[in-house]
Amino acid sequence: MRIYQFSEQPYPDAWENPSIRVNLPSRNMDPEVMAQNYHDRLDEWLLADELGLDIMINEHHATATCCCPVAAVPLAILARQTKRARLLTLGYPIANRLDPVRIAEEFAMIDVISRGRLEMGLVRGVPYEVPLAVRSAVGQMDRFWEAHDLILKAMTSTDGPFDWQGEHFQYRNVNVWPRVYQQPHPPVWITGRAPQNIREIAERGYVLGTFLSGFQTRQLFDHYRKACADLGRPAPAEDRFSYLGIVAIAQDRKEAMRRAEVMVGYLRSSGRVAEPFGTPPGYFSVGDAMRMIKARGARGTTTRDGKFVDTHHGAIEDLVKAGIMFVGTPDDVYGQLAEFIDNIGGLGHFLMMGHAGHLTHAEAMEQITLVAKEVLPRLNARRPAAKAA
Amino acid sequence: MEGASLLKIGGLDIEIVRRGRGRPVLFLHPHIGFWGAERFLDAMAKHAEVIAPAHPGFGRSALAKGMTTVDDLSYFYLDLLEQLDLRDVALVGASFGGWLAAAIATKSCERLARLAMLGAVGVKLGARDKTDVVDIFATPRSKWEEVSFADPAHGRREYSALPDEELQAMARNREATALFAWNPYMYDPKLLGRLHRIRIPTLFLWGAADRFAPAGYGRGYCAAVPGAVFEEIAGAGHFPHIEQPEAVAARIAEFALGAQLEKQP
Repeated sequence: MRIYQFSEQPYPDAWENPSIRVNLPSRNMDPEVMAQNYHDRLDEWLLADELGLDIMINEHHATATCCCPVAAVPLAILARQTKRARLLTLGYPIANRLDPVRIAEEFAMIDVISRGRLEMGLVRGVPYEVPLAVRSAVGQMDRFWEAHDLILKAMTSTDGPFDWQGEHFQYRNVNVWPRVYQQPHPPVWITGRAPQNIREIAERGYVLGTFLSGFQTRQLFDHYRKACADLGRPAPAEDRFSYLGIVAIAQDRKEAMRRAEVMVGYLRSSGRVAEPFGTPPGYFSVGDAMRMIKARGARGTTTRDGKFVDTHHGAIEDLVKAGIMFVGTPDDVYGQLAEFIDNIGGLGHFLMMGHAGHLTHAEAMEQITLVAKEVLPRLNARRPAAKAA
Repeated sequence: MEGASLLKIGGLDIEIVRRGRGRPVLFLHPHIGFWGAERFLDAMAKHAEVIAPAHPGFGRSALAKGMTTVDDLSYFYLDLLEQLDLRDVALVGASFGGWLAAAIATKSCERLARLAMLGAVGVKLGARDKTDVVDIFATPRSKWEEVSFADPAHGRREYSALPDEELQAMARNREATALFAWNPYMYDPKLLGRLHRIRIPTLFLWGAADRFAPAGYGRGYCAAVPGAVFEEIAGAGHFPHIEQPEAVAARIAEFALGAQLEKQP
């Protein structure tokens, strides 16, 4: 199993605002403070590389919760500065960006500079990214798959230019240089939650990305497994599955709990967005949109015992029981992760939010060290318990 | 909407309301669909035969694959005029429907006699770093009525009590509006340069209290249509046909259905 160090590269000093996405003015940021934040996060990723962890980057736009609007920037820095870690972006919101060929070019360069360490994550993106996009959310998944097809073709065509005359994108003379390092192309990851999307990801054999879905993750993975079975393929290996959770770890349980309180600020604030931006037209099905006109729904998951936990407001104890946070000493975190992994039927990639909110650089460095030295080796050494039925 | 039927037009199932008798008035609804238009359609039907389709993608009307622009909708309506063999039509467009009406009239006035534009959008007139009309997709629901009506009470509704059919129409209207008007927001960069092709008498009727598309925008729009006349309607915001249905219907009847109906040369 691999563990990826992840931070949204937040600017938590601006989190007190009522809306921290889309319409938060950037005068709320001090670039001097942000410069230090960027350097600290990059140093944490360098440590992760050194200690045997992998690296995950993401991107959001116009928000203080994730100050990385261009994932290619940290990826490019890390492609040069790290030695061994896999470099995952999860990911590029390819249906919101207008230029798939440019995306293929960015990916190709990062893959070559890193000598074949890019993991290419593609995402639909959260609803509140849509208000910032040039194109609406209507037909977004159609556009997503056309962008995907074009990116893959651009990366794998090595015999000179081709033209693309699709429904959503039109290009002349597509001819990407450099040629990608990993052949035929870097591994593809896609996030999904709806059964139909998961089926499309499974059909292509890609890595399924799931975020903060707790014990419901089992169902999501089962959709993938069922799709493989329906196609008459062997059961998917664990490396087709990834899950993002939050880790607060310390030698002392009380200190770990304190860190969890700091990091949970991410969950408390990340859904905070001015009302019209959370439900962009076309993002949800007409049936879901009808329900939203009537009443706004809370996002949540369930604990192993079936209790509903509100992802954005649940108590830390409940978030741990739900498999969204993993909190405690290395023993605790190892135990929680092992139990979680067995429950969801195996996991190839754990995406660890190991830094969030106001957690300090020193604390994040210590968390990375504890996970790399005391949790990952034990997870890899153990014989998985009989997998939950 | 009550009394609407489904009619096959251009291969699509289209929700359509037909009321009254006389000369045809083709009403093109705004981005909020038929919502609140009942009284206006009734008032208009006292003077004419009102034909009010839900645009493709709106209400219960089907949407053809590949239909993504107001231009596409305008060709659909040219087909509709032919298929229903409508002649000497008074074309009435409200807000988004006004944009559509202008797009139709710039392509062909052959079957049209008069054009009425109610709080119409569709052109870009102002500075490039600011939207000319309010961005409904960035407007909280709690502010929507204030922006849209002279008296916000005219727009308030108990959403949780609405029947499913109406909620579904609202959800589809919102989605279709995003499809056709997301970006460029509520205009077609080509339309302004084509307005000179509107060769029928045209009346711009504007709510005096329109906070969505200000009167200055309406006057600028009107000035680009040859010979068009601009008038304000008191006690109305962005949807005069909802807030002043009888007054708007009477004014359109006078303008479009009066004695002199011969076309301008």
